[in-house]
Amino acid sequence: MSLIEVQDLRKHYSSGLIRKQHTIAVDGISFHIERGESLGLVGESGCGKTTVGRLLLRLIEPTSGRITFDGADITRLGRDEMRKLRPRMQMIFQDPESSLNPRMRIGESIAEPFRLKLRGKMSRGEIRDRVLELVDVVGLNPEHVNRFPHQLSGGQNQRVILARILAIKPEFIVADEPTASLDVSVQAQILRLMMELKRRYGLTMLFISHDMDVIRHMSDRIALMEKGRIIDIQDNRSTKVALNAAFEARSIKWGFKNSEPVQPKAIV
Amino acid sequence: MAMLEIIDLRSHFPSPDGPVRAVNAVDLKIGENERLGLIGETGCGKTVLGMSIIRLLPPSARVEGRMIYKGQDLLDLTDEEMRRLRGKEIAMILQNPTTSLNPVLKVGEQIAEVIQLHHRCNRRDAKARAVKMLKAALIPEAERRADQYPHQLSGGMKERVMIAMGLASRPSFIIADEPTKGLDRRTKAEIVNLIRDMTSGKSMLMITHDLAAAGEICDRIAVMYGGELLEEASTEAILNDPQHPYTQGFIRSLPSRGLHPIPGTSPSLIDPPSGCRFHPRCPYAMEICKREHPQMVPLDRGHSSRCYLCH
Repeated sequence: MSLIEVQDLRKHYSSGLIRKQHTIAVDGISFHIERGESLGLVGESGCGKTTVGRLLLRLIEPTSGRITFDGADITRLGRDEMRKLRPRMQMIFQDPESSLNPRMRIGESIAEPFRLKLRGKMSRGEIRDRVLELVDVVGLNPEHVNRFPHQLSGGQNQRVILARILAIKPEFIVADEPTASLDVSVQAQILRLMMELKRRYGLTMLFISHDMDVIRHMSDRIALMEKGRIIDIQDNRSTKVALNAAFEARSIKWGFKNSEPVQPKAIV
Repeated sequence: MAMLEIIDLRSHFPSPDGPVRAVNAVDLKIGENERLGLIGETGCGKTVLGMSIIRLLPPSARVEGRMIYKGQDLLDLTDEEMRRLRGKEIAMILQNPTTSLNPVLKVGEQIAEVIQLHHRCNRRDAKARAVKMLKAALIPEAERRADQYPHQLSGGMKERVMIAMGLASRPSFIIADEPTKGLDRRTKAEIVNLIRDMTSGKSMLMITHDLAAAGEICDRIAVMYGGELLEEASTEAILNDPQHPYTQGFIRSLPSRGLHPIPGTSPSLIDPPSGCRFHPRCPYAMEICKREHPQMVPLDRGHSSRCYLCH
């Protein structure tokens, strides 16, 4: 069964008072994500892929359309109901350091979901044990627990984010370019870790990136987005051969050889 | 003859925990009309190396060694002589155009400023040449864009402005620091083409973590790790026949080459590992790698690698 169902989702922005300018960020898209599946969302910057991720978690309100999470239409839920649902869906952002409170020690950040009693009542000892367990799961050392985010590298901070998310035990994760600010050798570490955690905890994932090579590693199916629309969805589990036509032919595969100046983006 | 020959360059910074050895005994030669890519990950010292050449490091930095540019040691120049050279003879395309451009000056004026500073000409001529440079950087509607402020331009456009500005004084040596950082694939492809075309026939040091971009632009590639060079060779040899385990690991960790991570983290520049800087992460590490510090070993055809496997 699908955990996520999206039907004809739209998001329009307007700006200006007298001469209103409208931008259509998401232009009527529909897709679903199976439980335990990873859907890759790939497209160039400005195609609306980040907006889709935010809409799915209802961090922003859609203009129209339906988003069903585990059978419930979340676009109609009230504040309190939504709040109850939130722990089940989480987001990983691009820049790990800005996602962590700079004045909190790493251990405190990871323990926060427990302290907020998202996982029921726990004693301090229990919290400590769980934090150390998570630190180990994501490949950090116990000594990191007492450090601050600025004392860790980008890759280590992204591991902290993953530990904190696992503390919440979500079912659905939106990962928006989670390795865009990391070095390649660290990127490989973090992506491998995410793949392993997804398998281990049966996580459902929307993985957003502009890098087709990364998407290919991280996704069971791949949705290609262009100008606010999903123009193709293909299976990635079968061999590479299945992934061809649209992806290769469209702008996604930009070799370094053929360039032409792009015109500034038109405002609809 | 080499355009720039760097001999035993050391750039150190004081810190409460001891000196940070960001550049440690680096030897590097860049020939006339040669474009050299300096590849490395965050904190390996590659930007400090670039800044050392053009003397843009904070006063606390200690820079030692020799940097022979057109027969003259750059370290012997007075600050005033260096100031005259900087931007004219040797230009730098800085990273992060968003923070490197002046937000309250129109981009055309910023480029004109460079031209006026280094060539005797009036404001109007400088402005006209600035527009010409923007055109050369393939900015559509260059006249209109010249009158805009940096925040009105997209990331790719700002990078084009940085390139136009760097090349405006017709320098004979260019240092480009991460010119493709933070750009999406299409924009990156365009910027790579632009740099390749605009720097053809010039000498350049391109500092980057983007091996694909360096591969498209550069004739040779040097790999930096923990403040040292580990490998240097023609672009073709680095991409197809890397000798150092770090270079091999770096390439294998690329998403297009299998996404196989290198375990561990980058070394500290204050307290680097004993012996070979890479040995704690190296799959082939031997006993000698922990004890002794390997030297650059020349292999065939200008290829060299700092590894006991090549001894």
